[in-house]
Amino acid sequence: MDNFEEQGKGGEGVSRRGLLGAAITGGAGAALAPLLGNRAAAAVPASSPSAPPASSAAGMTLHVNGQAHWVEIEPRVTLVDALRDHLGMYGTKKGCDHGQCGACTVLINGVRVNSCLTLAAMHTNEEITTIEGLADGDRLHPVQEAFIEHDGFQCGYCTPGQICSAVGLIHEGHTKTDDQIREGMAGNICRCGAYSNIVDAVKKAMKVS
Amino acid sequence: MNDFSYSRPTTTTEAIQTLLSHPDALYLAGGTNVIDHLKLGVVTPSQLVDIRHLGLDKISTDAQSVTIGAGATNSAAAYHHEIQTHFPALAEAILAGASPQLRNVATTGGNLLQKTRCTYFRDIHSACNKRQPGSGCAALEGFNRSHAILGTSDACIATHPSDMAVALTALEAVIHIQDQSVVRTVPIEAFYVSYGEDPAKENVLKPGDLIVAIEIPRTAWAGHSRYVKARDRSSYEFALASAAVAVDVDAGKIRNCRIALGGVATKPWRAHAAEAALVGQSATPVAFRAAAEAELASAKAQKENGFKIELCKRVMVKALQEAAEMRRA
Repeated sequence: MDNFEEQGKGGEGVSRRGLLGAAITGGAGAALAPLLGNRAAAAVPASSPSAPPASSAAGMTLHVNGQAHWVEIEPRVTLVDALRDHLGMYGTKKGCDHGQCGACTVLINGVRVNSCLTLAAMHTNEEITTIEGLADGDRLHPVQEAFIEHDGFQCGYCTPGQICSAVGLIHEGHTKTDDQIREGMAGNICRCGAYSNIVDAVKKAMKVS
Repeated sequence: MNDFSYSRPTTTTEAIQTLLSHPDALYLAGGTNVIDHLKLGVVTPSQLVDIRHLGLDKISTDAQSVTIGAGATNSAAAYHHEIQTHFPALAEAILAGASPQLRNVATTGGNLLQKTRCTYFRDIHSACNKRQPGSGCAALEGFNRSHAILGTSDACIATHPSDMAVALTALEAVIHIQDQSVVRTVPIEAFYVSYGEDPAKENVLKPGDLIVAIEIPRTAWAGHSRYVKARDRSSYEFALASAAVAVDVDAGKIRNCRIALGGVATKPWRAHAAEAALVGQSATPVAFRAAAEAELASAKAQKENGFKIELCKRVMVKALQEAAEMRRA
């Protein structure tokens, strides 16, 4: 799992544990992101002159957590890689990278999606919300509160995806029973097996949302 | 992932022209299948043509049918009131597939074109006639527990993975396909082709063809339809065997029925033999079992997937029982 953190550019001096803390507390992560984003964007190598112009890195604006970010990236860069490697937002986790685990779940225009199976270039006019953008300043999102209250995690790697997925699930409004919560959260795998506490957390968040 | 360019046309004509002038370009809709395959190296397009901005995401209804735009997401279709009420097997099938995150972006048009989950198709170092025609089929002598028992050939035994397309086959959907000059309609059963000599050819689409909509006719049986799916996990898994059935029962007799099978065949499998065995019969478990036996008589097991023959029969019987119960309710 460590190598996932090392893939990121511009993560200097920030420990994995510190980032995870920032992801859960939200406020610190949101403050950190734009700072790293600027440095990371500047570090993107210029495209080779021989590369076909249409496929080389192109400048575009991504709207993440209420802020506009200018990035220069190739069309093949997935949203999860843009967030982590180009904007320095490490809250969104890269798990399987094939849409099978849900660790990379983010919200696009309020709808939960796997950020590993979509290209950043597809979302230039849309509002992307990551785990860093859920809290309102120092006040945690009700789903974050509920995950802490019900201990809805163990190692925490799947947690940002679980929380973003739960936010999307509640917004969708199709879920009422415990079985429906389990089915509705089926796209998020937890290797530690914190599922029963995750169901409790989602149930609690549904009540307060 | 290979390098490629990205374009975002705003009209269907422009999108089709781009595909025709760049033969190795691919359409990009939800991307959940294409981007997965890009990472595996299964596809290496020069360009992705984003077709999410063509206004193809509408779902419209009239007295004769429901028409789902090819760009409508799986979630939009599954939770559409008209589809849930009048075509329940379709809503059930969509919700039985993938995860909420995937269904939120995957489109109905893309779902029709989902590629097989055969391990050897997804591994570019393995022999696979579907991915690389003429290279052989590693599944014939390899791990084939999840593979097909109907419609196979010596060249390929891969299953079609879609749940949605199975329900659409039972509901006799019609696919609207646009080319340079016209929109033509193709019944779903004719849309998917049998493998024959070339497993790489899965449907009747020609270069540049764009699926624009899926139309589902209203019938006396569509409202009494069910989708039953058996899989290794209780959720978020492809079918080992599934059945979409729609029945019109009157005074205990089956007046009409439509049955399609998934997870067991090389394409969404219309069960004509089972349908013929049922029409005019009493809606009883004995008749359902006899129909399942009739359909699976031609099944061919591989080394590891013989269990699918009995599993598929039981799934069919369960689906028929549930649909017949709906009629009585």
